[in-house]
Amino acid sequence: MSGQPTMSEYRRREQSITLSPVEEQVDTSQELLTLNFGPHHPATHGVLRLLVTLQGELVRDVKPIIGYVHTGIEKTAEDKAYWKVIPVIERMDYLSYYFNSMAFCGAVETLLEVEVPRRAQYLRVIHMELNRIMSHLVWLGTSALDLGAISMFWYCFREREKILDLFEMSSGQRMHTRYFQVGGVIEDIPDGFAAKLAGFLKEMPGRADQYGALLNKNEIVLQRLRGTCPLDADSLLALGVTGPLLRAAGYPWDLRKADPYCCYEEFDFKIPVGTVGDNYDRYAVRLAEMYESVKIATQALEGLPEGPHITEDRKVALPPRHELATSMEALIHHFKLVTEGFRVPPGEVYFPIESPRGELGCFVRSDGSSKPARVHMRDPSFVNLQATSKMVEGSYIADMIATLAMLDPVLGGIDR
Amino acid sequence: MPDATGLELIAQELAGSAPDGEDPVLQTLHFRGRGTLLVRREGIRTVLEQLRGKGYGFLSSVHGVDHYPEEPRLGVIYELLDMARVDRITVKVRVSLDDPHVDSVTPQWPTADHQEREVYDMFGVVFDGHPDLRRILMPEDYEGHPQRRDFPVGGEPVIFTHNENEAMGTEP
Repeated sequence: MSGQPTMSEYRRREQSITLSPVEEQVDTSQELLTLNFGPHHPATHGVLRLLVTLQGELVRDVKPIIGYVHTGIEKTAEDKAYWKVIPVIERMDYLSYYFNSMAFCGAVETLLEVEVPRRAQYLRVIHMELNRIMSHLVWLGTSALDLGAISMFWYCFREREKILDLFEMSSGQRMHTRYFQVGGVIEDIPDGFAAKLAGFLKEMPGRADQYGALLNKNEIVLQRLRGTCPLDADSLLALGVTGPLLRAAGYPWDLRKADPYCCYEEFDFKIPVGTVGDNYDRYAVRLAEMYESVKIATQALEGLPEGPHITEDRKVALPPRHELATSMEALIHHFKLVTEGFRVPPGEVYFPIESPRGELGCFVRSDGSSKPARVHMRDPSFVNLQATSKMVEGSYIADMIATLAMLDPVLGGIDR
Repeated sequence: MPDATGLELIAQELAGSAPDGEDPVLQTLHFRGRGTLLVRREGIRTVLEQLRGKGYGFLSSVHGVDHYPEEPRLGVIYELLDMARVDRITVKVRVSLDDPHVDSVTPQWPTADHQEREVYDMFGVVFDGHPDLRRILMPEDYEGHPQRRDFPVGGEPVIFTHNENEAMGTEP
């Protein structure tokens, strides 16, 4: 006590802490640790839960556990008339709603053998390609966020807003637009839409150049993505993986080219492919796809044919509003369609299209009534998710986060 | 898409090369430009393997369907794709509710893993030989198979704190 400054309680405790390593008999580098990852975690892109078995920082096994946002949409669809299924089916994969409704409408149109007017097909192509850019923008923004780049998120969402404005202009809704109908689209595009779209399509490649300039040679991006978690095309095909993930491994498979639907054979575009199938290729393929989508949408807008925007078949599509005042027949058709809906010949159809994440197939079974007997979506996220453990086994847990981002799963589509 | 004749040819070839001498194909169906083979459930693995040999090397989808009220009620549908010729063929198996067993194709086609689990979850089709046949979308302790046509829509209590014990049948 004599002259010495008294030590505070905090300092005394601090000094008592020893930082020397704990002597233990167990070899900690060999110990396996099972870690629960999610379901509420910002890097899981939704409510995905992963059971990760770790050895130190190395991932030894990953088991995805899903079903947290299962809302029984396929079951709900069985209880609704065909045209009322479209709003619920759009909410499955909530980033690619135009694709969900396209797959469903395509399947029902095949069952009905309805011909879709060319103008409607072109309008569908425009909206689907805008949707593809929008989906890739959300992916790019959130993935960059996972890698620690927050500004990319703002840039990407700035462009996404412009696309949503266009959707709002053509259909009145920003998301889940119910724009595609069986037999065509609900309404023709309004005045001013074409000019606004042309403006966006002119601006977008420059924006994508900026994203590329920010990320392509970024040291952090290169270290996190290049060479991490590659998977070859054969393993991907065995696991049923399609879309940008498969193309990143150098396998040029795109249903828009291979098995064209909706007039895609009339557009000039390329399929971007990667070389080794690592995370960097997955990133690069999606970035390149945005340019191709802009190209397709530009061609579709320039070559937009004149004509009706929905089939003239009054048994399937609603009559124009002005006819209701004068035509009794139109009124009957309108009443029948709105109350009961249209009946679909019995049969089963599987209609696959290329969504931003891969093959999106809609299976519809009809029993001849006005409600589908079964609707099933072969969602690409659901199937692609199986490749996670193959990709990340043996890599670092930080690379698992990057891989999950590059996998681009949408849990709404996985759980349906 | 194999045309109607091509589909019959495939069916004949499958019948001719069946290992146990029994024709695995029960019925062929050509609808809206797409061919479907209805096969015996014992033959599903060999049929898919033989179709793989014919070029259909990509299993794009496995899903279930309920034919209520027809018998046999449950169906499992395999969508095969030939990526080189861009040709699709559908293979279908039907089983009854009393004996809903189908051989799993997951060992040969890894992509079927989650999809077979979903069919099991939603329809109650048991896939023999599946490495990890558990529910996938519904909770583990869920009773019933909700995608069956006779399973009612709604009517299930939503569990909140105030009705937790009532709904779960537990003591407060």
